[in-house]
Amino acid sequence: MKIKFSRILKIIFLSEFVKSLYLAFIYMFKRRATVNYPFEKGPISPRFRGEHALRRYPDGEERCIACKLCEAVCPAQAITIEAEPREDGSRRTTRYDIDMLKCIYCGLCQESCPVDAIVQGPNFEFATETREELYYNKEKLLENGDKWEKELAHNIKVDKSFR
Amino acid sequence: MFLEYLNIVLYDLLKIAALVVPVLIAVAMIVWVDRRVWGAVQLRKGPNVVGPFGLFQTLADALKYIFKEVIIPIHANKVIFIIAPIVTMSLALIAWAVIPFSETLVLANINVGILYIFAVSSLGVYGIIMAGWASNSKYPFLGALRSAAQMVSYEVSIGLIIINVLLCAGSLNLVDIVLAQKNIWYAIPLFPMFVIFFISALAETNRPPFDLPEAEAELVAGYQTEYSGMMYALFWLGEYANILLLCALGSVLFLGGWLSPIDAYPFNAIPSPLWLIFKILFLFILFALVKAIVPRYRYDQLMRLGWKVFLPFSLFWVVLTASFLYFFNLLPK
Repeated sequence: MKIKFSRILKIIFLSEFVKSLYLAFIYMFKRRATVNYPFEKGPISPRFRGEHALRRYPDGEERCIACKLCEAVCPAQAITIEAEPREDGSRRTTRYDIDMLKCIYCGLCQESCPVDAIVQGPNFEFATETREELYYNKEKLLENGDKWEKELAHNIKVDKSFR
Repeated sequence: MFLEYLNIVLYDLLKIAALVVPVLIAVAMIVWVDRRVWGAVQLRKGPNVVGPFGLFQTLADALKYIFKEVIIPIHANKVIFIIAPIVTMSLALIAWAVIPFSETLVLANINVGILYIFAVSSLGVYGIIMAGWASNSKYPFLGALRSAAQMVSYEVSIGLIIINVLLCAGSLNLVDIVLAQKNIWYAIPLFPMFVIFFISALAETNRPPFDLPEAEAELVAGYQTEYSGMMYALFWLGEYANILLLCALGSVLFLGGWLSPIDAYPFNAIPSPLWLIFKILFLFILFALVKAIVPRYRYDQLMRLGWKVFLPFSLFWVVLTASFLYFFNLLPK
């Protein structure tokens, strides 16, 4: 009976409603949990698996030796590689395509690469207007590598002891 | 003779424009306030990109709606379908005519101001019913039925609440009602009625927790489902103009309208229309906060609250107020 009485009082005086109104009022002045996305961005881990890139050595020679480990490990079969020995006798790719629409961004290609050539960088804003633009070829991947080299090298250095 | 007549008409039109344009701008701003408050409670930023602090967001949205295609369903009753949003919008605007912004600053100082507002807001149901009927589609129809039933039921209790105020003020004229609150705002002696008025106003304007006509989980968008482009925007503006109107009515009936809280120097130096605007804003921010914290009522719960709780309670309070005033000889002359 007593419990029922207190419940009735609660209902009549809208106590729970007033409490939640007070809580909402407090929350209005709390720090925002969101950021102004296009103008400011949240922090990204060095292990972030974003857009792919093919890296080069500091002397400009491309790292990839066409071992095709990434092609073999890729669970989505998004990578296509063709290779031939070059004039100087070294083995390099003639074709390195990634279908970014097939890719599931698992990061296995980066893990399997013995020379840190194919990596996934911190860039996640590579939306395009057509499908065709997302079929990346070797030039596009190398260009990405040149563009993001600073961040890529830093991420690999930071994460080295955990690999 | 004709010129004189023309002169009067033009002067009146100018006065109407001087009222309607600020109200429309206020509606645009109030949508922004609503979204900002709602965002703030949920720890978001809300619209803040268009213009300073995102103030022009509503104008941008309105512009978008104007350029969108108006789609009229084949099976719709075209005439009623087009008239419905116009009715909603214009009814929401014409009720503003009797809201007093100060003792002299009122477009139509008529003696039955409160009845006028009541009549106009009851007509508001027609816009919704017409929209639901003319769409000739099941969700709009169900939404319109719900909305009509809801607005009619809560108008009854709002009527009884207003009778309380009328008993205390002894006049149907809104200016007189405000002036009768010179000593004490009616929100204090009639506090329970003020709370019920606020909740009924939420139901009357289809705001959460009573936004059943637009319950998107069950009814897509209620009576607005088939509307698009500018006609949808008209409904949307009409809804907010209605909310603003009920906030204004609440501040006139219970919070002393344009009167300052204390009749002393720093307070009564502020021009009286500003006080009314502050009070409307205060009530509106409460509206917005409630939107952020409550879940939606079930339909039978809504009807139960309206008919079995608010109606008897406000009726009881009418009897109480009347007998109190009669017993202590406080009835207004």
